[in-house]
Amino acid sequence: MMDAIQMSLLKEVAELDALPVGAYNIRANGKSAARNTTANIDIVTKEDKPGIDIIIKDGTVHESVHIPVVLSQTGLKESVYNDFFIGENCDVVIVAGCGIHNCGGGDSAHDGIHTFHVGKNSKVRYIEKHYGEGDDRGKRLMNPTTEVYLAEGASMEMEATQIKGIDDTLRKTKAVLSDNASLVINEKVMTTGVQNAVSDFTADLNGENCSCNIVSRTVAKDQSTQHFISVLNGNNICRGHSECDSIIMDNARVLASPQLSASCTDASLIHEAAIGKIAGEQLIKLMTLGLSEAEAEEQIVNGFLK
Amino acid sequence: MLELKNISFNAEDGKDILKNVNLEIDDGFIAVTGPNGGGKSTLAKVIAGIYTPSEGQIIYNGEDITGLSITERAKKGISFAFQQPVRFKGLKVRDLLNIAAGGNRKFADCCDLLSEVGLCARDYINRELDSSLSGGEMKRIEIATILARQTSFNVFDEPEAGIDLWSFQNLIRVFEKMHEKTRGTILIISHQERILNIADKIIYLKDGCVEKYGAKDEILPSLLNMPAGACKVLTDKIGE
Repeated sequence: MMDAIQMSLLKEVAELDALPVGAYNIRANGKSAARNTTANIDIVTKEDKPGIDIIIKDGTVHESVHIPVVLSQTGLKESVYNDFFIGENCDVVIVAGCGIHNCGGGDSAHDGIHTFHVGKNSKVRYIEKHYGEGDDRGKRLMNPTTEVYLAEGASMEMEATQIKGIDDTLRKTKAVLSDNASLVINEKVMTTGVQNAVSDFTADLNGENCSCNIVSRTVAKDQSTQHFISVLNGNNICRGHSECDSIIMDNARVLASPQLSASCTDASLIHEAAIGKIAGEQLIKLMTLGLSEAEAEEQIVNGFLK
Repeated sequence: MLELKNISFNAEDGKDILKNVNLEIDDGFIAVTGPNGGGKSTLAKVIAGIYTPSEGQIIYNGEDITGLSITERAKKGISFAFQQPVRFKGLKVRDLLNIAAGGNRKFADCCDLLSEVGLCARDYINRELDSSLSGGEMKRIEIATILARQTSFNVFDEPEAGIDLWSFQNLIRVFEKMHEKTRGTILIISHQERILNIADKIIYLKDGCVEKYGAKDEILPSLLNMPAGACKVLTDKIGE
């Protein structure tokens, strides 16, 4: 049974007020708090390390899996391994995410290592949201690792969001694409205070006509620091695009390191990186509509990270 | 009513853009015209509070608003439509209309506003105000944000610039309708005879000074009969 703090974290990371429909596994303070499987989706606890295997049968369509994690016990540190085995011709939505509530002196940390094996011609939408709250005595740390293996014709759309309360994060994402596979990643990050966020993407575009599009929008406020790294390796006829767009405010620091490498003459790779403050004319426009400068700034930042 | 008293504005390089401008702007449809670089846009921005005049006073409905910010003037009912509408990544047409209206509007209300400027709400309401919209579309949305505000002093900086012929016909209709409905002031900076033609009064601004100000019937014929401006440097040279 989860308490009120855990339920509110669950709402933040998975937009859930109650247990979801379909398959789910809710992990609270290092233990499984609730689980449900369906005829097509099985969830099995790992025996050699903490974590679960999520097995989705061939041809599973219009089903979802929720696997949120909530931590409310100060000082708890865990690494959890979740492996997804998605069959062929599936169309599924997977919602993960982690919320940490830390009111105490110890650092709380959750490192989720997620591996996706996506079968031929399957379509996956993966939503991951990170959120932290507390009294700032103990740190809230998250280091998610995502590995994606896309079989022929498979596609994945990943939305990763970290807007509030995570002190330090290193997000590693690695993807390997086969023929006609496609991967789209949309990342939204905001850091405040002295927070630090590093996003490190690597995609190996190995298959013929595969494509990868990574779009990262970030806002860095106060004294916070961010580093965006993306490496696209074009090893076949493929299309790769990475974009990092950051709004920098106050005394923040943002570093963007996009990298492209090609070993095939038909690889088409593009990167774009832009860092800048909020344009003065954007503030003025919203002020002429009656907003104060602070309200205008908030609207621009919220819109940018929407 | 808006009153400009001895308004001067110097640019950063020291150039006088507005020189001791005195104007009383009543309710109605007022067009501001004149050669490029004459100070029209600067005048509009001084009224909206975007530029602070180096000298002079702005009185709005009897109150001195010279020291008021852009936001404070907006809240008092002054609206300003940009010549080059500002683009935003992430903000949608609906967001901007809601901000302009000062709260969430129903879909039907947004639909009415966008229809006024010839856009179909279903196609546009969830579009981002980014580079995916054309200049003409941005101009029409800019006008819709002013309509959404329902304010009593509305300034438009060259609303027709960048708008195609079809839209231009509609634009004229939008302003004609606005003119019928609005009890306050519509101040439009324009070079277009058709816009000047629907104005009650015309201000002719040249070299930072108000050269002519009066009823349309009195000012417009004199503007249309002006000789085409030949290059002064060249004519002076030929005359030597």
